[in-house]
Amino acid sequence: MAGQSDSHLSLFSPEEVEFMAEDELVEIVPNLRMDSLNFICGDYGPFYPQIATQVPFWLAVALKKRGKCTIRPPQWMSIENLTQVLEGERDSHAFQPLPFHYVEISRLLFDHAREDIPDIYMVRSLVEDIRDVRFHKVETNLEKFTASTVTWKNMSAMEVNIIRAFSGRALQAFYKHENEQVMPDTDRTQDRQPQIPTIRPKRNLKPR
Amino acid sequence: MATGSGEESTSAIMDDYETLISTTDVELLKRAWRNEKAAPEILQYESSLVQRIKEQIELAEQNVEMFEADSIDPLTVSLYQMDLDRTQFLLRSYLRVRLQKIEEYLFHILKTDEYLNRLSKQEQMFARRCTDDLGNHLDETVLSKLPDNYQSILKQSITSEEDDMVPVPRLDTFIICKAKQYLSSIDFEPEYSTEITEMERDLLTFVCYKFIKRPLEKGKIDLV
Repeated sequence: MAGQSDSHLSLFSPEEVEFMAEDELVEIVPNLRMDSLNFICGDYGPFYPQIATQVPFWLAVALKKRGKCTIRPPQWMSIENLTQVLEGERDSHAFQPLPFHYVEISRLLFDHAREDIPDIYMVRSLVEDIRDVRFHKVETNLEKFTASTVTWKNMSAMEVNIIRAFSGRALQAFYKHENEQVMPDTDRTQDRQPQIPTIRPKRNLKPR
Repeated sequence: MATGSGEESTSAIMDDYETLISTTDVELLKRAWRNEKAAPEILQYESSLVQRIKEQIELAEQNVEMFEADSIDPLTVSLYQMDLDRTQFLLRSYLRVRLQKIEEYLFHILKTDEYLNRLSKQEQMFARRCTDDLGNHLDETVLSKLPDNYQSILKQSITSEEDDMVPVPRLDTFIICKAKQYLSSIDFEPEYSTEITEMERDLLTFVCYKFIKRPLEKGKIDLV
């Protein structure tokens, strides 16, 4: 059902994150001849056998499922690159640059394009290790949040989605306590409901 | 899918140029859908975009029917159908998220002109009918049975000064966003200039929604 991802409006379900990842371009090698496809989202093709071409992921997976092409894994998914990234992740506190949708893309490739990835078990275990190390870093960084704007370099879509709800509420709580806009006693009882009428007159408390 | 190599400035210029010439309607709809989903209040209705997408969808539906009638290779037909389905999903989800927000903040939207103007004609009709129905329902079931001073939908009691039974969108929720270009303090509202002074391009930022409201309306920021 469109839009029914979660009871709360602003959360994206994992399927929706994958939906957005499926628009990324990937290289395929078709094994058939087909005319250009004029989609609403763009024009692709024409397709000639053994000539590589770039298409969106959902199209690549559809063709792959019907046995009409092979998918070339993207550059960043080579064993050398992933080993480098993993070492970088372990050595430093920052995140290594990775494509925004690397989790979804690697998942899609593992599910649908097993034969097209050389040394798939090695690649898979590398990607999982990278995910673990990065998520561990996310957790440790969460402890260092402060009230105002937080910036984060190189986080990927799935990681953002996982901590979105929690970090939103946490930052909001920080902000509220720092600015003391609402009167403290009424605030406590009304905190249980998500929508609070915020038109109360502000009372300035003594500055700390 | 860039992996961080190449010059910073030339790639930035190329990015802007490429986005200018190649942003399809589907890309724009996806961006509008994402922004709408992440924002706590309802955003401006993209009437021309929705109109164009509707026309393209109708055209695509006719194409698919034609292909089936001409018995074109079923693979091609199914691929066109998939593209159609994806676009329809985006459009439906966009409209659905807006309807959910309207239902949640029904009375507030109708009271505030700023929000009312962000709705399309059909959404305004929907909102009015919804308030009538909801009002009647609440009156019949509950409000008429309450003591006299407490019978209003909008106020807790006659003694309330404001409409305090009306939920209001919380603009101080924190959202995650990315700026499409470097933003300096002139892009933000002056009253927030102590809180936020700049935003770098393409850096994930967790920020209070109300600070970035203005650049969001101008299209300089994307919610993630």
